[in-house]
Amino acid sequence: MPDFGYKIQKDRQIDYDNNDRTFFYYLKRVEPTISLCIGCGTCTATCSANRLTDFNFRKVMQFIRRGEKGEFIKEIDKCMLCGKCILVCPKNINTRNVIHVARQYFYSPLK
Amino acid sequence: MNYDPFVLPFSFGLVAVLTYLMAKYVWWFFKIERADRRKGLRGIFSRRFLGVLGEIFMEVLLHRKVFRKNFVLGYMHMSIALGWFLLIVVGTVESKLINPSAFNKIWDPIFFRFFHHEPQGSLKADLLAAIMDGILLFILSGILLAWGKRVYSKLLGMKRTTKHVLADRLTLTILWFIFPLRLLAESFTAATYQNGSFFTQPAGDFLASFLPVSSLEYPVWWAYSISLFLFFVALPFSRYLHIPTEAVLIAFRRAGLTTQKRHTGFTEMEVHSCSRCGICIDVCQINVTTGRTSMVPAYYLQNIRHLRNDKQGAFDCLMCGRCQEACPVGISVTAIRQIRRTKLAGLGGADFKYLKQEAGRKAEVIYFAGCMTHLTPSIHRAITSMFNRAGIKYWFMDNDGTVCCGRPLQLAGKVTDAWMLREHNKKAISESGARILVTSCPICLKYFRAEYHLNIETLHHTEYIERLAANGTLKFGNSNTKAVYHDPCELGRGLGEYEKARSLASRAVHLVEASEEKSKAVCCGGSIAGLPLSPADKIQIAKAAVSSLTVQKPDYIITSCPLCKKTFQHAGDAEVKDIAEVMEKQMI
Repeated sequence: MPDFGYKIQKDRQIDYDNNDRTFFYYLKRVEPTISLCIGCGTCTATCSANRLTDFNFRKVMQFIRRGEKGEFIKEIDKCMLCGKCILVCPKNINTRNVIHVARQYFYSPLK
Repeated sequence: MNYDPFVLPFSFGLVAVLTYLMAKYVWWFFKIERADRRKGLRGIFSRRFLGVLGEIFMEVLLHRKVFRKNFVLGYMHMSIALGWFLLIVVGTVESKLINPSAFNKIWDPIFFRFFHHEPQGSLKADLLAAIMDGILLFILSGILLAWGKRVYSKLLGMKRTTKHVLADRLTLTILWFIFPLRLLAESFTAATYQNGSFFTQPAGDFLASFLPVSSLEYPVWWAYSISLFLFFVALPFSRYLHIPTEAVLIAFRRAGLTTQKRHTGFTEMEVHSCSRCGICIDVCQINVTTGRTSMVPAYYLQNIRHLRNDKQGAFDCLMCGRCQEACPVGISVTAIRQIRRTKLAGLGGADFKYLKQEAGRKAEVIYFAGCMTHLTPSIHRAITSMFNRAGIKYWFMDNDGTVCCGRPLQLAGKVTDAWMLREHNKKAISESGARILVTSCPICLKYFRAEYHLNIETLHHTEYIERLAANGTLKFGNSNTKAVYHDPCELGRGLGEYEKARSLASRAVHLVEASEEKSKAVCCGGSIAGLPLSPADKIQIAKAAVSSLTVQKPDYIITSCPLCKKTFQHAGDAEVKDIAEVMEKQMI
């Protein structure tokens, strides 16, 4: 089909058949509070790293839920673990531990 | 010759355990880093050796620090440890005096009564026998208390006592049998040969009234010897390895060795010195609030020692240091936990390429608010207002951008990631040419002092404002309100700073006492070290902390850590102010 140039945004179809949600299920077990996330974005608003670069914890949560591994692995590397996001989260989610668990899951020999 | 086959189990056991211990300590000694090894040897074999012996006597035998915590518990530990030691010493003296021989056998002092049947003739022998009976009575009173503690630990002032593993429980049972068996053996011999003293003689006569003591005597001596053998054999596999290890630990610690960043032979000594006495159980706020046990040192060190999975115990902790403060052995469990966290977290991860190196601005004083202070902006507003009043030329380093100090990453075990942030900040700090770095966050401050290796002075704002107040640059009026000061873990136990904040705050308010203060202060529960601890649990801990702080009904709580302030606000039971806010209001 010829490209008429109408498609402005990148295709964002989520194909759950191809996505790997293993980490999401693991995370749900070790950090159950993530189920409470309403995606309000308060964490991102307070984030120190977000002031310096494009780092969005809300988006990380979204990617983890969808199992878009390639997207969030790059993202979690930017976090400085300062922990401000835990204190502002209206749903009391242990946000910082999500990053910590993810890093351990993907980098540490001992899970 | 004083010999009978029943001495063999005891003698074999003793030789075996001594050989094992020697091998173990030599192994650990060579696992200590070279420089420390030399330092250790030089420290031990010097004039300080007497001091080492003194401390070993005070701690391993007298249990001075346990006494300080709780008298009955101290007495229980002392009676068994010191009593057993005295039994050996006085027994040796007795056997040497009464049976002089150049080659006394190792079992002579232990089984003296079996071989020496003659009733004491002289005053000297009478006296020694009486002392031996007294010591035995002393030990048995401790054993009785130990039984009581197992049944009802509140009797000895402990809400909870350690739940032991099977090996420990077996060894404990053997230990409980040793001294009653000795009493039985000596009493039976006393009843048969009339060689007892004020305790064993009446006990023996009483038992003889309904037991065939003369035929029971020999098997009971066998049983006594076997119980000693079993204890010696079980010692290396049980918590009782702490008895000899603590003595070795004290010697090396007094020589100046500490657990630092790597797991060395000295760390092994610390881990094996834990007696699982359980004093740390009641002081652990996570344990008290949530009932979790994996991070309590009594259990955590056990997991390290037996090479079990200790991940949960390593990360569940708030690293507040209360357990370390309470530990009668003085094991640096926080440092050990940090080593384990580093090991478990693995290397690599963070990517901080986005950090742009900004030029440090020239100033006399750098003010580093810290991430948490940006969540409680009233603190840095108060600080900058006081700085302006005092006419200080300062540079608000993290006014924008807010680069973390690196401590949270360090506490999560990601040391290389933390190093990246550290280097970033160090560059800016050294460029500014300042001579003082003031921070509002004790978590950052501890990191600046411990890891940054800056050649300028690092101060918390309480220390700096106190200095300004002391030299008259800033003046404060009293507000006639009643407040309690909460010691943040990092500033208090972490850096040993208790007094400056109190002397500063008392210029503006009337300070009342909390139920636990200074080195025993409670943790707010918000610590960034507690990674998996859910915010809901943290609020529970904070609520308990607030109620222990407000026993004297103060108008508000003063603290000097933005994280403590924020956490207490979440608990929502009392008004919380930072010391900077209070002082700024009272500035005249």
